[in-house]
Amino acid sequence: MPSKPAGTLYRGREGMWSWVAHRITGVGIFFFLLVHVLDTALVRVSPEAYNEVIGTYKNPIVGLLEVGLVAAILFHAFNGIRLILVDFWAKGPRYQRQLMIGVGVIWVVLFVPFVIRHLSHVFGG
Amino acid sequence: MPSPPHHPGRMSEIAAPRSSSRSRNLKGGGRNRSGQTNFELYSWLFMRLSGLALVVLVLGHLFVNLMLGGGITALDFAFVAGKWANPLWQVWDLLMLWLAMLHGTNGLRTIINDYAEKDQTRFWLKALLITASIVVVVLGTLVIFTFDPCLDPSSTLSVCK
Repeated sequence: MPSKPAGTLYRGREGMWSWVAHRITGVGIFFFLLVHVLDTALVRVSPEAYNEVIGTYKNPIVGLLEVGLVAAILFHAFNGIRLILVDFWAKGPRYQRQLMIGVGVIWVVLFVPFVIRHLSHVFGG
Repeated sequence: MPSPPHHPGRMSEIAAPRSSSRSRNLKGGGRNRSGQTNFELYSWLFMRLSGLALVVLVLGHLFVNLMLGGGITALDFAFVAGKWANPLWQVWDLLMLWLAMLHGTNGLRTIINDYAEKDQTRFWLKALLITASIVVVVLGTLVIFTFDPCLDPSSTLSVCK
């Protein structure tokens, strides 16, 4: 533990950073969700309108943004489960460091296959 | 989610919580012993329960739409029509829409309460948030319930023949 206050950082350790990252990914996912419901609503307009707008999701730059979106969703999902375990599981706080590592491991295990498959779709593999 | 405590070196006093001023002023039942409603408790619990459901709903959605078959390249009107021909996916998407919007709206409400310091700013940001959320939830629900796969004249679905 630091003996002196360190600016506005709350200890500045992984507990604070996962809290910050949970907020940032949550806000990002929420704004994507608003857009995603609106673009899906175009199925009520016409097949052409929907297909044209969903076509932008297949653009390589947007394809890379989707990688970022999935990275954010996977972190938010498993960090959320870590929060639930810390809140409700009696041993959660004691194993908080291991839980943090677990979030990272699951994130990598799911993210890597996704990136390979998604980018091969986007870049026409 | 709780905010990290203010640093004692920066703030000499602890500000009153902003989020429960409304519930403190409410008259009537549904209060706990300290005279407040349990709204924040239920909201906290809802974030955890809906979060668990959303892990399954959203990761399932991503797996089926982005990993199986042609992934993103296969997404078009016919793909949506094929999925919503199955009541399972209609219910799945409806649940996902409602839970994700409530979860996200409540998350943003917490963030507005934490960072917007003026009463007026908080009020207008939350008014904007709730308006946008209601529009999106109602629109999305209507789309799922009124979807017409036969808008596509080349549809191969049996209902369109």
